[in-house]
Amino acid sequence: MTTTTTGARPAPVSAPAGPGRRRGGLGRVAGYTVLVVFALVYIYPFLIQLATSFKTEADSTAHPLALWPDPVTSAAFGRLAEADYPRWFLNSFVVALVVTAGRVFFDSLAGYALARLRFRGRGALFAAVIAVMAVPGVVLLIPKFLVLNQFGMYDSYSGMIVPLLADAAGVFIMKQFFESVPVSVEEAARIDGAGPFRIFWSVVLPMARPALITLTILSFQGSWNELPHFIVSRQSPELNTLTTGVASLVSGQLGSGNQYPLKLAAALLMTVPVALVFFAFQRHFVRGGTEGAVKG
Amino acid sequence: MTAGVGAPAVAAPPSAPSQGRGRGPGGGIRGREGLAGWLFVAPVLLVLGLFLVVPIAMALWVSLSDWQGQGSPFGNGVGFVGGGNYSELLTTPGLAQTDFMTSLRNNAYYVLFVVPLQTVLALGLALVLNGKRLKGKGFFRTAYYFPSVTSSVAVSVVFLFVFSSSGVVNSLLAKIGVDGPSWFADPRGVVHLVLGGLGVDTDAPPAALAGRSVGGLTLWDWLAGPSVAMCAIIALVVWTTAGTFMLMFLAALQDIPVEVEEAAEIDGAGRWQRFRYVTLPMLRPTLFLVLTLGLIGTWQVFDQIYVMSQGAPGKTTLTPAYLSYQSSFNNNEWGQGSAIAFILFAIIVALTLVQRFVLRDKDDGRERAAVRRAAKAARSGAGPTAEVSR
Repeated sequence: MTTTTTGARPAPVSAPAGPGRRRGGLGRVAGYTVLVVFALVYIYPFLIQLATSFKTEADSTAHPLALWPDPVTSAAFGRLAEADYPRWFLNSFVVALVVTAGRVFFDSLAGYALARLRFRGRGALFAAVIAVMAVPGVVLLIPKFLVLNQFGMYDSYSGMIVPLLADAAGVFIMKQFFESVPVSVEEAARIDGAGPFRIFWSVVLPMARPALITLTILSFQGSWNELPHFIVSRQSPELNTLTTGVASLVSGQLGSGNQYPLKLAAALLMTVPVALVFFAFQRHFVRGGTEGAVKG
Repeated sequence: MTAGVGAPAVAAPPSAPSQGRGRGPGGGIRGREGLAGWLFVAPVLLVLGLFLVVPIAMALWVSLSDWQGQGSPFGNGVGFVGGGNYSELLTTPGLAQTDFMTSLRNNAYYVLFVVPLQTVLALGLALVLNGKRLKGKGFFRTAYYFPSVTSSVAVSVVFLFVFSSSGVVNSLLAKIGVDGPSWFADPRGVVHLVLGGLGVDTDAPPAALAGRSVGGLTLWDWLAGPSVAMCAIIALVVWTTAGTFMLMFLAALQDIPVEVEEAAEIDGAGRWQRFRYVTLPMLRPTLFLVLTLGLIGTWQVFDQIYVMSQGAPGKTTLTPAYLSYQSSFNNNEWGQGSAIAFILFAIIVALTLVQRFVLRDKDDGRERAAVRRAAKAARSGAGPTAEVSR
């Protein structure tokens, strides 16, 4: 039932607790201390971010450590609403939605073909997918711009979306999953006369729910958080996504002062959708995160 | 069902190969499957081909040309300069070489700090979290992992505030009487700072170091260490990525059969011995994976630089990835920018291979023997599991 199989690892959550070491309390206390200290290091910045986005600018500079704004103000959010922020949010949303739909459909199609359909060149294709995964993304920064520019897709939604519509890692995850599904069901459908797409669409895909959820989440998170591709695929301000928009907000000076409440509020809001997805589907996230990384 | 075969191609991008033509009666089941296979793969193939393979080929050409960003790089005015862009970066003295070498230095220090720190932190957290009768495991795991799923831009903004001159870190430092630096405006290297603290005159560095230069940088500059600004970025990245690697270690730790640990305990192995001779050898594949991913990832650092420092202060946070972007988009030196991308690619591939070689050969036999002994002691289960986790 694991979505992908890089090894027969149990999901971290459901690991069987073995017979515990009968250790003295001292080790436990030390362990908890370490965990709590690091939990503070990990959670505190987010709490500070939340608090600061409701502070006034003077308060944020004078009391950076305070977890309660004094006075409480939502001025930062008001200014964001008046600025281009809603536009960025919409752009991010549209791009992430289309990219996610595309990746889930195209990756599972290809993954299924590579796992199940026998055709000439399949082995070579799979090797190519693996090779593609090994190409470091940042190396493609300039090359991608060159091609988008050549195709006349630079600075357009299509240039921002189409190159992200499929990814090798997703194909890999889906292939691994389909290989773990027993063939018998498909055989039955084939004998009933169903064609490859019918079998894929109505028989196999419904069984692939766990893998599809993982892929959906990874794709959404990936495209929502994507920065470099949107730096090299567009330049118009109206095509800013949240990542490029907030980045420009930080580097470019919008008025006077350091504007920390505004910047932190902008960063806070852009974290919310991914955070919601994360807390709703944590199990899949954790699994996909490690598996996704395992294959490179 | 034939309609079914056609459907995926309908949904494919407009330029997908025309479907349905070869669907003759002669193919039989195999032939139809072959056609379907290619149709299923076509959209992915098209996207990856057009936006991954073609770009690399095109960039290779640009890296050998003097294209300045005007018109098409295949146009008439564009000249072939051979390895000119590469030699300007690597061997010809000048600004391009100095900048590139500086970026290599910066990134090397960044890798040198981030990879060990994030690996140790991830392993440490995983070991503590793996404690058998621990309460609140899920909470802690979530807390450590959450930054990994958030946007690099968002956490960079948070850390800009945390490390700002009147920010969180400096306020905390002030509480213990330390006057914190103005992090993102401080180009001083930490090795220089340490040397300065030891009495070396950093304004007039030793002639043996300041007088000789390699690749356009003096030895003294090579030895600067990461700048104070870079240290803030290092802290951010370690903080962000440790969670992901912690999950990998956690998964691997849970793969170690309890019998192995117990056998070692019965044999009288102490906590440290159990870790050193039982746990660590069994974590070896994961350790290799984490180090490799760390190495690959750290040489690609871009987002944080783009958001937080843009190479400043004093070019001490300039990295090859950012320099490649900057040369191309800001300075219109597209040939150089592309050449940097390819050199970076080569560095990443080379380091991965070197690391694989080093980690494979070094005391491989001894550790294998340790695993074997542990497996034997455990009598059952250990052998196959060790193989699986490999």
